[in-house]
Amino acid sequence: MAKITVTVNRAEHELEIEPSLLLVELLRDNLRLTGTHVGCDTSQCGACTVLIDGSAVKSCTVLAVQADGAEVVTVEGLAKDGELHPIQRAFSAEHALQCGFCTPGLMITAVDLLSRTPAPTDAEIRHAIKGNLCRCTGYHNIVNAVRTAATEMRGATTPMRTPAEVKR
Amino acid sequence: MSATAPTTYIGTRTPRKEDPKLIQGRGTFTDDVTLPAMVYVSLVRSPHAHARIRRIDAAAARKEPGVVTVVTGKDAEATGVLPVFISVPGLNGTKHMPLATDKARYAGDAIAAVVADTRQAAKRAADLVTVDYEPLPVIVDATKALEPGAPILHEDLGTNLVFTYPVKGGDIDKAFRDAEATVKLRIVNQRLIPNAMEPRSVVAKFEAGELTVWSSTQIPHFVQLILSVNLGLSQNKVRVIAPEVGGGFGSKLQVYAEELLVAHLAKTLGRPVKWTEDRREGYLATIHGRDLVEDVELAAKRDGTVLGVRIRTVANMGAYLQAFAPGIPTILHAFIIPGAYRIPAFDCEVRGAYTNTTPVDAYRGAGRPEATFAIERGMDRLADEIGMDPAELRRKNFVPSDAFPFTTISGITYDSGDYAPALDRALEMADYKGFEKRRAEAKARGKYRGIGLSSYVEICGLAPSKANSALGVGWGGYESARIRVHPTGAVQVFTGTSPHGQGHETSWAQIAADAIGVTPNDIEVRHGDTFESPGMGVGTFGSRSLAVGGIAVHNAAQKIREKVIQIGAHLLEASPADVVVEGGKVFVKGVPEKAKAFGEISMAAYLASNLPEGMEPGLEATTYYDPPNFTFPFGTHVAEVEVDPETGTIEIIRYSACDDCGRQINPMIVEGQLHGGITQGIGQALYETAVYDNNGQLLSGSMMEYHVPTAADVPAFALDHTVTLTKTNPLGVKGIGEAGTIASTPAMVNAVIDALSPLGITHIDMPLTAEKVWGAIRKAGEARR
Repeated sequence: MAKITVTVNRAEHELEIEPSLLLVELLRDNLRLTGTHVGCDTSQCGACTVLIDGSAVKSCTVLAVQADGAEVVTVEGLAKDGELHPIQRAFSAEHALQCGFCTPGLMITAVDLLSRTPAPTDAEIRHAIKGNLCRCTGYHNIVNAVRTAATEMRGATTPMRTPAEVKR
Repeated sequence: MSATAPTTYIGTRTPRKEDPKLIQGRGTFTDDVTLPAMVYVSLVRSPHAHARIRRIDAAAARKEPGVVTVVTGKDAEATGVLPVFISVPGLNGTKHMPLATDKARYAGDAIAAVVADTRQAAKRAADLVTVDYEPLPVIVDATKALEPGAPILHEDLGTNLVFTYPVKGGDIDKAFRDAEATVKLRIVNQRLIPNAMEPRSVVAKFEAGELTVWSSTQIPHFVQLILSVNLGLSQNKVRVIAPEVGGGFGSKLQVYAEELLVAHLAKTLGRPVKWTEDRREGYLATIHGRDLVEDVELAAKRDGTVLGVRIRTVANMGAYLQAFAPGIPTILHAFIIPGAYRIPAFDCEVRGAYTNTTPVDAYRGAGRPEATFAIERGMDRLADEIGMDPAELRRKNFVPSDAFPFTTISGITYDSGDYAPALDRALEMADYKGFEKRRAEAKARGKYRGIGLSSYVEICGLAPSKANSALGVGWGGYESARIRVHPTGAVQVFTGTSPHGQGHETSWAQIAADAIGVTPNDIEVRHGDTFESPGMGVGTFGSRSLAVGGIAVHNAAQKIREKVIQIGAHLLEASPADVVVEGGKVFVKGVPEKAKAFGEISMAAYLASNLPEGMEPGLEATTYYDPPNFTFPFGTHVAEVEVDPETGTIEIIRYSACDDCGRQINPMIVEGQLHGGITQGIGQALYETAVYDNNGQLLSGSMMEYHVPTAADVPAFALDHTVTLTKTNPLGVKGIGEAGTIASTPAMVNAVIDALSPLGITHIDMPLTAEKVWGAIRKAGEARR
């Protein structure tokens, strides 16, 4: 057994765990944070994406012991003081989710992108989220949602529209 | 009295009621359900595609710490057989048990179930179960499986032939005799893996004689029915809950082995049991889709008039028949091949074959994408053959708008349609007229640009119960709804549909809100719990939920409306004909200041002391709606692509679609269904394929080898619509869940072949990967040298 201290959604946890335990298992099974999902076992789908010290990471490929001393944010930690994160509002407003299974991972990946690139082009958004699979939405509205959230987070009042990708 | 309410919320982009929980990680999916003292199942699956099971040794597994039990096929016979709900004439069915007893018939066939205290312990122990297999010859190819001397999967049948299904109309011989032009093409409509993002999961508990099962399913009532019958439990003691379900696309339109097994284990062990598939396990054990080889021939006059279509199809059914499998390449495929066209002669024969592969069943579109691909590729080849513009060829053969109701040569009656406006609009959106200039401009840059279209008609709204019965479907095609208004005026809608992303909590609330004069926020829609909903719900598949289930909600809401009007008129001392129900109030026309609040009416219904003479107390309604016909959405999609001859890569430059699903309840949801559907169809055209080797090993066995489209693989989509109301139901709605998938695959392939047509390329098998396209370009270059 290994002893770790990890901060998850701003709460500190001291835990004794099996060294083989995956971070996603720690979150889902030990801490009962079931908003983070497992959609594959080969790190393709991104449903398990969480923030570790601000970077989006697929938690199915991280051992829980590797998160020792780290700050982890899951979908349950996106809203603060009862107020939704702009990415959450944008996902709903733009109908960027249908079944909602991939949604937590996609929102986390988007938060990571927007922290590094506050005004991404549509091509940059598509590139950033291509490690997160969605089978329902065809990504169209997810791209719109990330763009909308970016606009709000920059404090802009009108959405920045990149020239439509479809026209050339 | 006005029978139908004005539409305040129907047709609006009402925000989804589903979203708040899902965007906060508060949705409960089946694997999120954890119960005290729960045990976990891991399945031992055959590594061989075809092998006799000589002996199973589970001694080592049983000794592993944490192991509760190991069961094999003989122990699990109490689960009964897996159901098949559709029969076609001459069907060679088989007995399909949750755990194989005599032979493994595909790689992934379950042989034993290991139950342990933890998921990890169950998996470790499953690896310790030793099975002595006698490998048998393997057959993977469906056409070869039907040849003499092929290895036989089910010895009692003596053949791998599952069925021979003919659909004929008109004089096909005359059509080909009179033909001035014919085309012939072989289409491999490759096998696909559905890949709902949520892997399947089942949890069961058995307490005080009552079985509760949580399952990631599209059809909880069917699961309940089969569990009750198979496990010998009274149906009122079996509760099936489909909680949040993370996508289905047909892959959860089943009663699966694991559902029977987990329920049986919970019942016999007296402890809650959970099984959740790994993705790689799901690739083997969750149904696949498509997998047809089709020989398509068209006969036509030189002016483009199509005279006849002949098609011979072999359908790979996999190793066993799953719930709806016999109906997919037959009913849902053969009848719709004539599509949007007036075709005087039709001759179709579909043969199904057992092979040593994962069972094949419904995958988004289910038969209709294959049918549309066959006719729409055929039309493009014909256009090429006679030197006619593909759009004009389609227009020339469309069923004209004044011909409806129109009975196709396959015998289906389309109630309504107006195909040319949707084609025109799609061509306009795509700037079809300006295309040749863009082709030339691309050529100057060394790229090949192409444009392709597909015009489709979908058969959905499954289905009138009598038609179901005539076609061999062993269950009615109705849907149910119950509306319960509490004394305070709180409204709950219980639906027999079982959404898993389609937004019924929102759309059904919009429908009910309009009828009873409240807002969607005043209405809670509940689904997927057999203890709450009406006696039977059929479920969500085949683009049926709105055109059947939505109408059931509408009809139930109309009953509530009628009673509210009657009570309101009584309390206001007015004639029911003068009573208005709107904005949460009931009042006499022109006197809104003397209104009764909706809650006052509902309270009166339960106080029951001042109701119209002879009226029953209470405010509830239950309806079952059986549609009189299918519905037939249609549209045209146009894809424009650019091919890089150096690498074979395809860039989708532009995608335009004009669809007609009748009245739209929530346009935002309609567009979302199309975006996702189009992307899945593009996946088939360009990226996805399930590949088996000759030993029956699934080579595309994980998401590493099987390419589900990513955000970087697809473009933004330009959508528009026409509205042709169906007369089949009171709201004029049709269905949109599968249209995108049906339309986009042929549009994409037609665009790529058009791009490469200057090289003399007329065909590439799907998926059109860069490697295949590059190879075709090289081969064409060599041929021309």
